Amino acid sequence: MQIDIKTSAVQPVRQTFSHVARRLGADKPASRYQEATLDLQPEVNFHYRPLWQPQYELYDKARTAIRMNDWYAFKDPRQYYYGAYTIARSRQQETMEKNIEFVARRALLSGLPEEQKQRIASLMVPLRHVEWAANTNNCFVTAYGWGTAITQATMYHSMDRLGLAQYLSRIGLLLDGNQGTSLVAGKAAWLDAPLWQPLRRLVEDLMVAQDWFETFTAQNAVLDGLLYPLVYRRIDARLSAQCGAGLGMLNEFAIGWFDETSRWVDATLKTAAAESPENVALLVRWVETWRGRALDALRPLAQEALGAQDAAAALAQIDAAFAVRMTKLGIGIEPAIAAQHARTEANHG
Amino acid sequence: MADTVFIAFQTNDDSRPIIEAIAEDNPHAVVNTLPAMVKIDAQGRLVIRRESIEARIGRPFDLRELQLNLISLSGNIDETDDEFILAWNA
Repeated sequence: MQIDIKTSAVQPVRQTFSHVARRLGADKPASRYQEATLDLQPEVNFHYRPLWQPQYELYDKARTAIRMNDWYAFKDPRQYYYGAYTIARSRQQETMEKNIEFVARRALLSGLPEEQKQRIASLMVPLRHVEWAANTNNCFVTAYGWGTAITQATMYHSMDRLGLAQYLSRIGLLLDGNQGTSLVAGKAAWLDAPLWQPLRRLVEDLMVAQDWFETFTAQNAVLDGLLYPLVYRRIDARLSAQCGAGLGMLNEFAIGWFDETSRWVDATLKTAAAESPENVALLVRWVETWRGRALDALRPLAQEALGAQDAAAALAQIDAAFAVRMTKLGIGIEPAIAAQHARTEANHG
Repeated sequence: MADTVFIAFQTNDDSRPIIEAIAEDNPHAVVNTLPAMVKIDAQGRLVIRRESIEARIGRPFDLRELQLNLISLSGNIDETDDEFILAWNA
């Protein structure tokens, strides 16, 4: 007897969901990111208006002055949906745990002289409150934003900020031998030390900004775009030169994270700016307003960490790089302090 | 058919962007969808570009990740960090 083995292909009735297929223009296989993003925002049948804001629907495009023809034009270049995001972050978390274990075992932070420990704690630990504010701000964007393409990514972003705050707390705990005293001192400094008050005022004002796209721009593009290069490139480098590589290993996630999320922030702003000149005008106004305030708020921190002269140079370079970055996205701004700095340099020369 | 090369992948979510990238970079290639397998035939030469795949998946891609879903291939391989080229060396 002869047995013929035949293969028979089973064709699925459809390749993806109808609403995704309509967006793709054909019934073809969609990526997980597309299926977990496109057209998931509830758009109709909001029965009751919020009591505290009866002029808006529960979800309402009018909550921002930015106008988009299609709110799903925003794409996350990292293509993070829940699965991809959690897998990526869990890998990074494993690496960070190894770094923390290494730093603890070799006493790279706990073995430092008391004076240096104090210095690192005084510069790094209060930043956990900045991260918490960033978490709150991104929660706000997630709650009141429009379109899953944005709110999905801002939800991940707000979770990232909690993680970053926790890493800063871990630095404090490594420095004070798990006593928690550095965290208490950090909070006291955040509330009372003159050094931190301009930054605290800035992030607290940001928490009550009403337009969620302004919050997004001011927090994720402007403040982070100036604070991260200052803290995690300049101040981190200075402290590492003085106190060894321990701190750098603990800042590793924040540095990589900033580069990664900047791609997403840039793509989002670029899409909004490309939509209309009105959007560009709004974004320019927001960026200009918050950039001036952010630079002022960061100056005392930079001066404390780097010394007056280096702080001025560092902030000018960071500001110039930031202006180039925004201009590339279609948000044309001039450097705020580079010109002034160049004049000073010329006088010295 | 002596100068035909091919590469075959399992049909799944991971290989879909790779196949799309190959199809775009090699207009002369023929994509044959079989049960649980996608076989790509090409006359002469087949190029797989890292950049094209990365543009689709939104993360860095190491061309050696191809092997995870690779079923079979034919041709001599010229592999660099950026390109994976199949062709018969004359």
